[in-house]
Amino acid sequence: MTTEQTASTMQVVAVVGTGLAGLSSARALRELGFTGRIVLIGDEKHDPYDRPPLSKAFLAGEWDPAKIALGLPTDAGLDLDWRLGEQAVGLSPEGSGWVVDLEHGEGVRADGVVIATGARARKLPGQVLAGVHTLRTLDDALALKAELVPGARLVIVGGGFIGAEIASTAVMLGIDTTVVEMAPALLAGPLGDAAGAAMARIHEAHGVKVLTGVGVSGLTGESGRVAGVSLADGRSLMADVVVVGIGSVPNTEWLAGSGLTGPDGDLAGGVLTEEDGRTALPGVVATGDCTATHHPFAGRVTRQEHWTHAAQHPTQAVAVLIGAPAPVVAPAMRVPYVWSEQYGQHFQFAGHHQPGDEAEVVDGDLEDLTDPAFTVVYRREGEPVGVFGVGRPKVFGRWRRELAKRLS
Amino acid sequence: MIRVCAVEEIPEGEAVRVESGPDGVPVAVFNVGGNYYAIDDTCSHQDASLAEGYVEEDDCAVECPLHATCFDLRTGQPSGPPARVPVRTHTVVIENGDVHVALSQATAQVA
Repeated sequence: MTTEQTASTMQVVAVVGTGLAGLSSARALRELGFTGRIVLIGDEKHDPYDRPPLSKAFLAGEWDPAKIALGLPTDAGLDLDWRLGEQAVGLSPEGSGWVVDLEHGEGVRADGVVIATGARARKLPGQVLAGVHTLRTLDDALALKAELVPGARLVIVGGGFIGAEIASTAVMLGIDTTVVEMAPALLAGPLGDAAGAAMARIHEAHGVKVLTGVGVSGLTGESGRVAGVSLADGRSLMADVVVVGIGSVPNTEWLAGSGLTGPDGDLAGGVLTEEDGRTALPGVVATGDCTATHHPFAGRVTRQEHWTHAAQHPTQAVAVLIGAPAPVVAPAMRVPYVWSEQYGQHFQFAGHHQPGDEAEVVDGDLEDLTDPAFTVVYRREGEPVGVFGVGRPKVFGRWRRELAKRLS
Repeated sequence: MIRVCAVEEIPEGEAVRVESGPDGVPVAVFNVGGNYYAIDDTCSHQDASLAEGYVEEDDCAVECPLHATCFDLRTGQPSGPPARVPVRTHTVVIENGDVHVALSQATAQVA
């Protein structure tokens, strides 16, 4: 059975996952002319919402749940069959199509399946203590927000994008904020040491305590509530609230036994797909944070767990599924892209950085902390492969197009 | 009609933001190859100033500095997600070496 044959007879498409990638998939199906039934299955009870504000304006209390809704008035015309609060627990073949098994309720039979189950926050192993949070969902954000009261001592474990964003929000709320990062700099993985150190200086200038190059050995508690964070070098930090921001785990367990695989043979690293979302199974595509894809820009299999990918990629994936021509993607939009907002400033990264790349400041000054504005270009064998910009979107936009030339 | 600035104050590929038009909405005026275009300055998706975006001269479009949707400066139409709603366009009039904008009160129409 080829994808094309499936497409000609496709009457029901199940979209599993109701985050940005899932909703974008449903919209794209209609935009590309699919007139059959679309069943949207999601384990959260909430209507689709936008995640980026959860660590920023929403956590700060400036936005309410209505403002993070992803739904648009035009969505009413999409005629979607919603199954909210239903967790998919299995995918099995039936006839020429598939059945998505649900934890409660009857399975959903579909001719085509879009896997968009995203990822969940990675947690620290060990006992569960009150006051320890991760931040991924609306419910996570509500729980954390309730504890970020002025005077609270917050320790953030992990200095990646989520940790840095929470730190910037919390310190502005008057919270005593400390970030602990095992790498030598904040965001050192995506940005490299020099830009990562600049990020740390920006945070410190706003009053965040930044501890780098040290791991966390465990949490201490009193009467079931967190009281402190023990560091690998023997130090300990007192904490009323702890946020663990140490990456994410793709939600792929439900696909065990389906015949799908991940980049290392199992699904722990995400569902392996082609660049367009095609999987190893006919009539099944995957998109968003739960996928691992050979990206032509990076030259290797990567998980692109970022907003822009979840917004843009579903159109490509559902086009493959229903056999419609995929809209052309501008080369600049095919360069992996992530943005962040901290202290009211925009931070943008495009491309790919790996240890050994040469970082060059092409604009601005890494040391200027009062009004940070700089652009760092990463080069490999002399060729630009990545760009990081703070507060200079025009310069950034120009360099992103420069990077896109690698793809043309 | 409101005066924005002198013609030479908007270099090619750049934009000038008019903080508040008569209806209280910021407007951005762009210079693309000597032609001037005015659109609502705020991205229709999330608060971001389009005047700060990268101008794609070949397509006569501006890229939102935050989420990279491009808006056609002639029509206000977005190129694709995340923005889905067009921004309003306004009429630019060049008079005596000055750039003026006549603000449209119309609501932007979804194509």
